[in-house]
Amino acid sequence: MEQIKRFLSDFGLPRIIIAVFLLALFMMAPAVGVNVPDALKDVFNRFGMNGILVLALIPMIQAGCGLNFGLPLGIIAGLLGATISIEMGYVGAYGFFFAILTALSFGSFFGLAYGALLNRVKGGEMMIATYVGLSSVMLMQIGWLALPYKSAVMIYGFSGEGLRPTISVDGFWRNILDNFMSIKIYDIFDNMVVTISDFWAYIPGIKWYGKIPGNDIGKWLYEPKLIFAFPTGTILLFLFVALIVWAFFHMKTGTAMTAVGSNPIYARAAGINVNRMRTISVMLSTMLGAMGIIVYQQSFGFIQLYDGPLYMAFPAIAAILIGGARVNKASLPNVFTGVILYQGILVMTPLIFNAMLKLDMSDVIRIIVSQGMILYALTRKTKVLK
Amino acid sequence: MDAILSFRDIGKQFYGNRVLSGVSFDVAAGQIIGLVGENGAGKSTLMKILFSMPEIHETGGYEGSILWNGSEVKFKTPFDALDAGIGMVHQEFSLIPGFTTTENILLNRESLHRSVLTDIFSTRISMLDRENMALRSKKAIAKLGVTLDPNMLIKEMPVGHKQFTEIARELCRDKVKLIVLDEPSAVLTESEAEVLLSSLRLLANEGIAIIFISHRLREIVDLCDQIVVLRDGQKISELPAKGSSVKTIASLMVGRSVETQGQTDVADTYMNYGSSEPIALSVEQLWVDMPGETVRNVAFSVRKGEIFGIGGLAGQGKLGIPNGIMGLSPSGGNVKLHGKPMQLGSPYAALKRGLAFVSEDRRGVGLLLDEGIDWNIAFSAMQIQNKFLKPLLGGLFQWRSDREMLNLANEYIKLLEIKCTGARQRVGNLSGGNQQKVCLAKAFALRPDILFVSEPTRGIDVGAKLVVLETLKKYNSEYGATIIMISSELEELRSICKRIAIVYEGRIEGILPHTAPLDEFGVLMAGAKSETQQGGRSEN
Repeated sequence: MEQIKRFLSDFGLPRIIIAVFLLALFMMAPAVGVNVPDALKDVFNRFGMNGILVLALIPMIQAGCGLNFGLPLGIIAGLLGATISIEMGYVGAYGFFFAILTALSFGSFFGLAYGALLNRVKGGEMMIATYVGLSSVMLMQIGWLALPYKSAVMIYGFSGEGLRPTISVDGFWRNILDNFMSIKIYDIFDNMVVTISDFWAYIPGIKWYGKIPGNDIGKWLYEPKLIFAFPTGTILLFLFVALIVWAFFHMKTGTAMTAVGSNPIYARAAGINVNRMRTISVMLSTMLGAMGIIVYQQSFGFIQLYDGPLYMAFPAIAAILIGGARVNKASLPNVFTGVILYQGILVMTPLIFNAMLKLDMSDVIRIIVSQGMILYALTRKTKVLK
Repeated sequence: MDAILSFRDIGKQFYGNRVLSGVSFDVAAGQIIGLVGENGAGKSTLMKILFSMPEIHETGGYEGSILWNGSEVKFKTPFDALDAGIGMVHQEFSLIPGFTTTENILLNRESLHRSVLTDIFSTRISMLDRENMALRSKKAIAKLGVTLDPNMLIKEMPVGHKQFTEIARELCRDKVKLIVLDEPSAVLTESEAEVLLSSLRLLANEGIAIIFISHRLREIVDLCDQIVVLRDGQKISELPAKGSSVKTIASLMVGRSVETQGQTDVADTYMNYGSSEPIALSVEQLWVDMPGETVRNVAFSVRKGEIFGIGGLAGQGKLGIPNGIMGLSPSGGNVKLHGKPMQLGSPYAALKRGLAFVSEDRRGVGLLLDEGIDWNIAFSAMQIQNKFLKPLLGGLFQWRSDREMLNLANEYIKLLEIKCTGARQRVGNLSGGNQQKVCLAKAFALRPDILFVSEPTRGIDVGAKLVVLETLKKYNSEYGATIIMISSELEELRSICKRIAIVYEGRIEGILPHTAPLDEFGVLMAGAKSETQQGGRSEN
C-alpha cells in the first residue's frame, strides 16, 4: 500500500489521469473500427521523431533558464545543417550524419550568442526566449530566400533561386534511421511474418528464416501487407542521446549546472561561474534542438522551412510539462512519459473521434487537442517549489 | 505635567514566546522619551501595540492597557491611532517616489475645490486645490525649522530630505499630539542628524510629545528628557537623560555589568592570545558594498587557530565583512592570507585558498533546498577540490560518485545529529536547526583553514544551538582551524571567542577580550567610544 501511494505521488495525478485516458482510447479503438497496430505504429514513430526535441529542453531547465521557448533557433541550425548536406549532394548515412554535424556546429554558435543574451535578462528568460524564437524565424525567412543555394531539388523552379518551403529528403536520407534494424510485421498470404531490417524474417510455426530471397520484400510480385513497424534506429538514437544527457548530468559540470538551476546564489557562493554554466546549458539545448529536427525530418520525410520552426517549440514544451517536469527541474523519466502520453493522445484522439463521428475532421481535432494539451501543460508550470 | 499617553503593564507573547511583560511608562505633552534596547528587546513590538498593527490582533492581542489623554483606548486599526493624533515615522521610508513633497505630505488629505460635480457625485471627482496644499505643506515644513522644496520629487531628494518629508507628513495632521520616530537618524549623515535633532526640539517646545527610538545613544542623551531602557521585553530602567552617561545606558541595555576587578591581567593575556602563532588572516582597509550592511573601513588580523568574534548591532556592517572577503558582495581592500595577498570578489579564489563560509542567509545562499542532504554537503568540495569524482577514460570525464557523497552525508548526519529520514531527504523539508547543521557540514567538508561563520544560531532552537557551537569548538581544536564568527548575540560570542571585535557604522569600533565587562561592549556597540575614554581597547 505504502509503495502504491508513493508511486502515485511520485508519478503525479495528472499523468495518471492522462495515462488512463490514453488507455481508454486504445480500448475503444477496436470497437469503433480503428486499426490498433496502425495507431501503435504511429505512436512509436512520433515518440522517436520528437524525443530528442523534448530532450533538448532539459539542460536549460536544469540550469534555471526556464523552458526553452527559443527552440526554433536550434531548429534553424538543424535546417541549415540539413539543407547544406543536401546542397553538397551527400546521400544516405553519410549525408545524414554530415547534416547532424553541420547542424551541431551551427547550433553551438547560435547557442553561444543566445546564452549571452539570456544572461542579461535573468528572471525574464522565457519571455525573451519566445521572442528570440520568433525573430530568428522571421530573419531566416529572408535568409532562406537570399542564401546562395543551388541544388535543384531545393530551389524554386522558375526563379532559380530561393529555397522552397517544403523540401523532400527522399533519395537523400529519408527513413534512414527508421529502417535501421526496424522490426516490421507483414501479412504474407495470411501468415504473420516478423522481419528485422527486412532481412531476417520469422514466420511463427515454421522456423527462423535466413535471408529472405531477393532481400527486399517490397519487390515481390505479391505485395505483402505491412501490419506494424517499429522504428528501431530512431528510438535507439533517441535512447543513445538520452544516455549522453543522463551521463552529462552525472559529471562535475552537469552537477554544477543542476546546482545553478536549484539556487544560483548557492552555486555562486560555491565558486561556480553561474553565467558560464547557463551559457553551456543554452548551447547544449540549442545543439540538441538542431540534432532533433534532423531526426524528425528523416522520419517525416520533409524539411519544412520558413514558418516551420515556429510550430516545434510548443509541442516539445507541452510534452515535457505533461511528463511532470517543473520549470527548474526536469528528468529523463519526465521526457519519456511526457512524449509517450502527449504523442499518444495526439494520435489517438482524432482517430477515435473520426471513427465515431464518421466525419473527417481529424485536423481540426488534432489542433484542438494539441493546443488544449499545451494550455493544460502550461498551467502545470506553476507547480514550482520555493 | 499630565501624561497624554500611558502604557500600563503592557505584555505580549507570540505563540507562547514572551516578548514583552509588564512595561509601563508615561509620556507627557512636549516631552521627548528615548526608547532604547538591543535588537529584539521589544521596542518595535511595543510600538506595534500602540498602533494596533494587524499582526498584534492576529496573534492574540496584548495584555495591559494604554491610556490616551487619561482614558483607556483600544484602537482597532492603525487608522484609529492616526485619527487620535498619533503619528509614526517608520524606519523604512513609506513615500511615493514619483510624487512631490507636497503630494506626499498631503496624500489622501488633499485640499479640494468645491464644485457642482462634487455636490452631485462625491468628493472623489473634485479638483485639487494646489495653492492651498502648497500652503499647508509649507506650514508643516516650517514647524520643523528646515527648508524643503515643496515641488521636488521624492526620488530626486537626498535621504535627509526624505526623512523630513516623512515627519512633515505626520505633523501636517491638525490634531497630532505624539510622534513616534523609529531609528530616524539611521540613514542620515551626522550634519543631517543634527538638523533633525534641533527640529525635534522645536516640535517638543510646541507641545508635541515624541517617542524617539535610536541605537545612537549619544543622540538619545542629547535630545531626550527621559530615557526608557528595555531589555528582553522588560523595562529595566527609566531615568532622566540629564546626568546619565552613554556608558550607564549602554550597560543597562546589554545587562548587568560583570565584576571587573582583577580581570584586567587575564584580559591582557587573552589579547595577546597565541602571539607565537603566525597571523592567518590580516585585513586592512576593507570596504564592502552589501545592501544594509555596508563596511566602510575595517582592519583586523586573526592568528592561526584562533576563534575570533565579530559583533555589533544589526545594520552596522558586521555581516558585510565575511560576505566581502568571500566575494559575495562587491568589495575592496588589502586582505592577506598567511601573508600572501588574496584576490577579492571571486568566491572561487577564496574557496580555493582554503577559506569557507557559513552564510547567515541559510535558505538563500547556504542551501540547495530542492536537493538532498548529500548534494548540499558535498557540492562545494566536489566543485572546488574535485572530491567525490571518479575520472573516466583517463580523466577526460569527471564522474560524480553518488556513493561517496552518500557516505560523507551519513557521516555528518551522525556527527552533527541531523534529524532526517535519510541522506537523500530534501533539505527544504528539514527544520531550521538541521538546515544550519547541513550548512556547517558543507563548510567542514571543504576542510577549510579559515572558516567564517555568520549568525550560526539565528532562528534555531536551543538544542541545535548547543550542537552548532560545540561542533565549531571541536573543529577548531581538532584541526587547528581558524574560525571567525559573526553574531548579533554577544553572549554567544563571549562563550566561544577569545577576542571580539565590535563593528559600528562600517568600522571596527574596538576589539575586546571576552572577559571584558559587558558595559564596555555596550559602549562600543552604541558607537560612543570617543565619549567614554576607557572603552576602546583596540588593537588597530
